[in-house]
Amino acid sequence: MNRRHFLILMPAAAIAWKAVLAGEPESSPNYKMSDHWWGMLIDVPKCIGCGNCVRACAAENDVPDGYFRTWVERYHVDDVHMTNPTVISPDGGKEGFPPVAQEDAGKYFFVPKLCNHCAESPCTQVCPVGATFVSPDGVVLVDPKYCLGCAYCVQACPYGCRYIHPEKKVADKCTLCYHRITKGLTTACAENCPTGARQLVDLKNPNDPIHAFLKTHSVQVLKPQMATGAKVYYNELDGSVR
Amino acid sequence: MNGVEGFMYPNEIALHWSILIVLYPYITGLVAGAFILASLERVFRVEAVKPTYRLALLTALAFLLDAPLPLQLHLGHPERSPEMYFTPHATSAMAMFGYVYLWYLMAVLVFEIWLDYRREIVLWSQETKGLLRIVYKIMSLGSTNVSDRALHIDEKVGWVVTLIGIPSAFLLHGYVGFIFGSIKANPWWSSPLMPVVFIFSAMVSGVAAVLLLYMAMTKLRKQPIDMRCVDTVAMYMFYIFIIDFSLEMLDLVHRIYEADESFRSLDFMVHTRLFVSQIVLQILVGTLVPLVLLFITQVWKRSLTEIVRKRIYVICGSLIMISVFAMRWNVVIGGQLFSKSFLGYTTYKMALATREGLLAAIGLTILPFLFLWVLVKLLPPWPTEKAAAVSGD
Amino acid sequence: MKYFKDSGHLFRFAGLFVIAFLVFWAIRGYVIPRTFGQYGHYRAAAITEIAQHPLHYAGHDACETCHSDIADTKKAGKHAHVNCEACHGPQAKHADDPGSVTPAKLDTAVLCVRCHEASAARPKNFPQVNAADHSNGLPCETCHQPHSPAIGADTATKGGAK
Repeated sequence: MNRRHFLILMPAAAIAWKAVLAGEPESSPNYKMSDHWWGMLIDVPKCIGCGNCVRACAAENDVPDGYFRTWVERYHVDDVHMTNPTVISPDGGKEGFPPVAQEDAGKYFFVPKLCNHCAESPCTQVCPVGATFVSPDGVVLVDPKYCLGCAYCVQACPYGCRYIHPEKKVADKCTLCYHRITKGLTTACAENCPTGARQLVDLKNPNDPIHAFLKTHSVQVLKPQMATGAKVYYNELDGSVR
Repeated sequence: MNGVEGFMYPNEIALHWSILIVLYPYITGLVAGAFILASLERVFRVEAVKPTYRLALLTALAFLLDAPLPLQLHLGHPERSPEMYFTPHATSAMAMFGYVYLWYLMAVLVFEIWLDYRREIVLWSQETKGLLRIVYKIMSLGSTNVSDRALHIDEKVGWVVTLIGIPSAFLLHGYVGFIFGSIKANPWWSSPLMPVVFIFSAMVSGVAAVLLLYMAMTKLRKQPIDMRCVDTVAMYMFYIFIIDFSLEMLDLVHRIYEADESFRSLDFMVHTRLFVSQIVLQILVGTLVPLVLLFITQVWKRSLTEIVRKRIYVICGSLIMISVFAMRWNVVIGGQLFSKSFLGYTTYKMALATREGLLAAIGLTILPFLFLWVLVKLLPPWPTEKAAAVSGD
Repeated sequence: MKYFKDSGHLFRFAGLFVIAFLVFWAIRGYVIPRTFGQYGHYRAAAITEIAQHPLHYAGHDACETCHSDIADTKKAGKHAHVNCEACHGPQAKHADDPGSVTPAKLDTAVLCVRCHEASAARPKNFPQVNAADHSNGLPCETCHQPHSPAIGADTATKGGAK
């Protein structure tokens, strides 16, 4: 890029960026909550266990060390029974996983996990004061100014995606990068996934390309028997995954 | 790796509900149980247990005053707990706590104690001097009407309050059971039996507590223990315990029989991490031994001397109180020791001197006895020289 | 009226409840947050507060506004779907004020192996090498241009083998 192009583009970019930064979802004319219903697609065969998503989430959302808004699990299944997988998640997969020598038998795969932003969320059901809720656009959020830190929601989540923030002493979890998706950006984890294993999906937008994928592939949610209305869909999820 | 065996979801490794959350259902259970013993006399006219009536009410009140404290120490933001009164979430069993607690404290327990003691309160407000006089005057709410008719009305209203108090006591402790029993995410907790088991074990622990307190305090007052009373209390304790044990065995047998996906993981947990607290303390030493001993006293009552029966009651009462505490431990802590992936286990690292540590728990267990001491001084459960002089006995 | 003659004390007790209730109701009206209940049983203002959390990652669209030449190179190569910040880290500060915030230089010895270190756990068709054997200690960028890493890749400007 030459100097002249740069001088023209710079202020334009700056103005565009400021407009992006200033968005307020429920009062912005650009973003109407009722137009959206957010979910995510995890394409299991694409995940290489690099841990980029875990690091990116921690950087974007100031996640404290030792706590995880998202994490990656590595499964090793070396028999036909689906009840005996060996699973590891060293520091949530933040620094990746130890390499496996070629001689090891059995199948391996990686499963990224996060809050499933359940439509019939059991965590919001049990909150005694209304500090956690499902937003009108389908994201389960925690109000850090209202939460008592009783941890009832942490107990009620079947997926283990919640924790009590060690400093703020309130419940915390993945917000589906609400501050990003309401500005037309994608989540930090999806942005930084090098293989496209994680993709944001707007279930209410018929033009969203992931709709076609969901309709033509074998997808399922975690723990479907819990009937939580989970909105994170896993492509080609193995039966041994818990 | 930090006490983890197998695989735990990363956020599950540290326990979120500590020993204080074990203590809370134990204490509200004692409240409910003590109240049920009081209602035996008041509503069901079991005359034999009358010597424990007032003590049971005061015990219930002492423990009820202590009950919110473990919760306050546990909350990340205790200063926000009034939110449960202002914006209770109707779908949350925990939101019920504020209102049920307040209802039970004021409209049941305090009301009933006030009605039962009112005559003495009015007389003491006239007889005593200084600060104590002011306290009694406030408690009398400025009314000095102790005519026969007024006392008769108190009697009738008190009966209704106790009657309402029975389901209220069940609600006060049953909702705690529901808090656990309604969590589908946790198969160790999720069960329709949970509120029922909690209520029955609460009753047994509360009755045992009042039995022990009655025997101890009567001994301290150098008075003879009313054997007809303790024999009857022990009898009810025995029958309630049989029901409680049956319910817990039903839960166990049902789990073993159905052997759903959680069973293997939970079974392993019970045999390893919960072996001492569940199999040894709760079941063998805490349930089977008292049941056998109490059975013996029920069947061979005549051939056992007073001393032997008293010793048995003290042993059984103590073992029962330990057993019910162990049950709360096994439910609360046990429910967090296994992974919801059913692939691993963690360890509870109980702190010593922190806000939710062992010392705090011990302190909160001792505190209700201090409350009880104050209440017994203020509202003596048995005729003392003061009451005797006042009533002209 | 004779039923009420000796129950004055009960009315006093009930009176305590009435007073307590009125005080509670007054405090409640004052203390409940204004936006509570607007969309559901929660404080609607929380949605705005959460949405105003600062950005740390700018998103690849912001990068490509200025760095379109690199974007073009990347689009034609194997790293087409690897977004800029996946390697360069969070750059919202740089996007906001490019002149004063310079992104740090990257160390390929650490960066590339995160994805490309050989492991039987990774999908079979994913390009992976045993880094120690592969380059005899040479840094990755000796042969691979990170924005279009395939050796001999047909790129518009730079890229491919050196």
